[in-house]
Formats: sequence, C-alpha cells, structure tokens
Amino acid sequence: MWIEWTIATRFLREGKAQSTLILVGIAVGVAVIVFLTALITGLQGNIVNRTLGTQAHIKVMPTEEANRILPPAAGSVQLVLENKRAQRLRSINNWQQVRDVLDTLPQVRAVSPVISGPAFARRGEALESVALVGIDAARYQRIIPIQDDVIAGVFRIGAGDAVIGKQLASDLGLRVGDKLRLDGGQGRDSVVNVAGIFELGVRELDARYVYLDMKQAQSLLNLPGAATLIDVTVDDIFSAQVVAARIARLTGLKAESWMETNGQLMNALRSQSLSTQMISLFVALSVALGIASVLSVSVVQRTREIGILRAMGTTRPQMLRVFLVQGALFGLAGSLLGGVSGYGLVGAFNTFGPKLFYIPVDPWLLVAASLLATVTGILSAAVPARRAARLDPVEAIRHV
Amino acid sequence: MSEHDAGQEVLRLQGLKKRYNVGKPTEVEVLHGLDLRLQRQDFAALVGASGSGKSTLLNLIGLLDQPTAGELFLLGEPTSAMDDARRTALRGSAIGFVFQFHHLIQAFTALENVLMPLMVAGGKPTREQVERARGLLAEVGLAGLEQRKPDQLSGGQQQRVAVARALVSRPALLLADEPTGNLDSTSAAEVFQLFRSFNREFGCAVLLVTHDPRLSAQCDRTVTLVDGRIASDTRASSPAG
Repeated sequence: MWIEWTIATRFLREGKAQSTLILVGIAVGVAVIVFLTALITGLQGNIVNRTLGTQAHIKVMPTEEANRILPPAAGSVQLVLENKRAQRLRSINNWQQVRDVLDTLPQVRAVSPVISGPAFARRGEALESVALVGIDAARYQRIIPIQDDVIAGVFRIGAGDAVIGKQLASDLGLRVGDKLRLDGGQGRDSVVNVAGIFELGVRELDARYVYLDMKQAQSLLNLPGAATLIDVTVDDIFSAQVVAARIARLTGLKAESWMETNGQLMNALRSQSLSTQMISLFVALSVALGIASVLSVSVVQRTREIGILRAMGTTRPQMLRVFLVQGALFGLAGSLLGGVSGYGLVGAFNTFGPKLFYIPVDPWLLVAASLLATVTGILSAAVPARRAARLDPVEAIRHV
Repeated sequence: MSEHDAGQEVLRLQGLKKRYNVGKPTEVEVLHGLDLRLQRQDFAALVGASGSGKSTLLNLIGLLDQPTAGELFLLGEPTSAMDDARRTALRGSAIGFVFQFHHLIQAFTALENVLMPLMVAGGKPTREQVERARGLLAEVGLAGLEQRKPDQLSGGQQQRVAVARALVSRPALLLADEPTGNLDSTSAAEVFQLFRSFNREFGCAVLLVTHDPRLSAQCDRTVTLVDGRIASDTRASSPAG
C-alpha cells in the first residue's frame, strides 16, 4: 500500500486548488449533517426528557373487564346486545409477586406499585377534584424524582401527611402545615396534613396530584391492600415498547409504553428524524458526486502519467487503489474539517443561540461521520478508479 | 540480472502479427509475421518510415500491447498467454523504457522518478536502491539535482532522468523510442553515449527506434522495417555481432 498511498498524496498535493475546493465542499456538507443531526438529536432528547420527566416509561394495569357471555346451548343461535362494562377501580391481582418478577427483568431499571383513584379535596367551602396517588416513596422516587421538585416543605408521606401540587395549594389557599380534607366518596374521608408542595411544571399534575402513602390511599379508595398500577422505567427509553410487550406476555396484564400513550409525540419525532435523514442523505449524495467528478477529471488530466506508471510496472489493482485512496482521503479529511466546523456551530448555538435547550456534543457522531464519509469517498472513487485502472497504457502514453 | 550470460537470448519474435480493428470493415494488418532475435549484448537500431509499424512493434515488445498472432519470448518465456498481472510484473522487472518525450511524473522529484519502477514493484525503497538511483543520476551527469522536480530541469536533463529511470531495475532489455528526437545535438550525443556505456557495463540489450540515420549508423545492428515486414537486418563490421 505504501506506493499507492505515496502516489495518491502526491497527486492530491500537486492539484492543490482542485483538492482544496472539493475539500471545502465536503467539509460544508459534513458540517451541515453533523450540526443538523446534533440539533435534532438534542431537540428530541429534550422533548423526550420533558415528557418522561413526569411519567413512567411503562404502565402495567389490570386488563379491562369484559362481559362474560354464557355459550349458547347446542343447536341454538344466540343474539347478544352488549353494553360495554364500566371499568371500576380494581387492584392488580398478586401485585407484590408481579412487582418482584418485574424487578428481575433485564432492561428494567425501576418498578413502583401505585394505587391511584379519584377523590375530592375540600377546605371550607372550596372543593377540588383530585387524583389520589398512593405510593411506595422509595420506589416511586426512582421513577419520578419528585423530591427534586418540592418547592415548599419536605416530601414526607404517611401518618396523615400528604404532598400536593402547587396549583392545588393555591386553588385551596393551602400552605405547608395546613390541614386538608380528602373525600373518597361513600362516606370515606380523612384529614391530612400538607407536608410539602411540589411543582412538576405540568399544570394538570400540579392541580390534581395528591401524594399519599399506599395504606392511606387504599383505605380512602376502599381497596385494602391493592395496587391499581405498576410504573416501570427501562434503560433504553426507545425499547419501552418491546419491554412492555414482553411484560404483557409474561404477566397477562395490560402494559402500555410511553410511546403508545404519547402517539402524537412519537409521530412528530419520527417525522422529524425522517426529514433529517432525507436531508443528510441528499447532502451526502451531492458530496459523493462532487468527489466522483473531481476524480474523474483528475483521471483524464493524468492519463499520460497513468500510462507511464503502467509502463513502469504499476499493476491495474495498484492503479485502482491509487484513486480509491484519493477518494478515501477526500472523505476523511473533509469530514474531519466538517466535523470540527459542525461542532463549532453546535458550540455557537449553545452559547449564542436562543438557549431554549442545550445540544449535547456526542464524540461518536464525529467518529461515525468520518467513517461514513471515508466509505462514501471510496465508493465515489470507484468509477473513476476503474477507469484509471482500465486505461490502455499504449493509448495513455500517447495522450497529450 | 548477472545470471544472464553475455550471449543469452533476450528477445525472440516468432511469426509476430498485429491486426487492428479485428472483425470490422476497417481491419488492417500492421505487422505481417516478424521473426527477430535479440542477444544480450546487442545494440540495435529499429528504423523505418512513418507507418511502417515501428511503434506498434515497440509496444508489443514492451508488453504494452498484445500480438494478434505469433509468439513473443522475453528471457525465454512465452508471453502471449500471460495475464495482465504477470505481464506487468515482467515488464517492470525486465524492460526499461525511454520515450521520445521524457514522460517523467511531475509530482515526484528526479530521484523519486528514477526510483519509481522499484517502488511500484517493492514499496518503500531500500537504502541500497536509493544509493543505486543516486549513482545512476550521477552517471548521467545530474549529481546534485536529485531533489528537483521535472519542471525545474531542462529538456536534456529530463531525458537523462528518464534514462536513469529505465536502467534502475537493471533490465535485460532497454527500449527507446526516438530518445533523442526532442533534444539538441549535444544532449542527443550524450544520451546516446549513456546507452552505449550501459550496454557495455550491464550487458543490457538496447533496441532504439529512430528516424535519424546518423544515430542508426552508430549502432551495431540495424533492423529496417518496411510496411510491417523486416526488409533488412544488417550488422556493422564490429566483432560484437
């Protein structure tokens, strides 16, 4: 390879103007791809993080109740007029065992049983509908780090303590230490002490969530010992769908991933990714065509030198490699240049941009871009390189 | 190449034919069956009018082109059945070329141009090879100009670099196509003397295509080509033949 490398680099250095122009062209293309990819990845990561900051990746619930219809007697036809059943609040059967099984699954990072149901919060004349969320605090905080969002008081539940959202607190005029009456319906109510106030930043949650310990919620909702929901987080958020399907098969329960719950969001993210990929593809294509055309011109310009080299004993495969190396070098050097400029753009965006979100800098993107550009360079050089290798030395030497 | 004896046969042509545009209405036979032998100490001129087939013959002998019929033996090996890789390898090791126009590679220095046949065959040159190339450049009178690029040398100097390049792999056969056609008479005489001395020193057979009767007169042997046939093959009175 030494001689191919030497000839290739000499050829490139000799045609400095040409090499520089195409190098800048490649660099611009790679910079666009790197910046765009980093921008979209950053944006999507940001959106996903915000969305998942307040919800579990997978929710495991009891299957829906369906009407059971007696099979018809032999020889008779049964016409059924069916009303869908109302879905009452139910516990997951043997949720402790399900929780333990989920704990052992690979890819699952945290499992948290929850009992959740509707209630009224009352203070004096004021009445608000709320969602009671009975949790095992230690487990729940591994899914949603709620203690980080406490803006007043402390996150303490159990023994008559509750933690409520900022919006609810202001609607009912509550401060830390105040009393609040919770009404679960059918005469079950209790008075709790507001131990802390949180702000998740999602208005709906801040206005409705009341965190209790599981026992308290169970008695208010009249479901002793129950858990209505198991929240699960996974290592790779985009594998949630697959893990959810596995959980559903394993437990016979209904398991819903965040991707299903946020179908619109997923759709938007996918469309965004698709358009980024399309832009990248076409930029890469035009870079490849640029390399191919520069090398084609170079083969014509160097026809006579190629003929001499062939007469000196250069083989066809060697000649082929001389031009493939040039393509690879274009790709590699251009992508390094473009990668650095792309990161410069990312840095500029993070420093001087609208600061709506931060674009993380992933060094692997640079490695991947360089690798891809090098392969693209080799592929684009294939056609001109074959032409060079196939030149008839007799005609090539006569070429003026 | 010291294993070759002085009297050894370097080249043999047997009924060599070359036809162009085979199968088309424009088909034309340029060489009509040539027989020729070249010994190791031969210093021969190939002369003929334009269109007599000199260049075609030179390309065939140089393994740059393939004959339509007949056989060409180089160092005793039949070459017509060889694939491109073997022909290229044999060409690189056994044949040195000097063209009418110097044909150096602009991107390389004089020294690197001389080393080129060795580098394409064996990669990075060894110290011994570099020394050999320097020695050759000194012999052609270019000591001190090793690091110049071709465009920093005069036409005569460039042609002398090309001569050094043709000899660096110690070929058994040196082919020269109008090597002095582009040079003034002083440079031409110098280049011719180089061929002479290398023929004596290394025992490398020389086949020189030329139009110049003064040049062919100085060769030991003159092969005249007329319309694709060898019209005459005369030896000068020297005892070398």
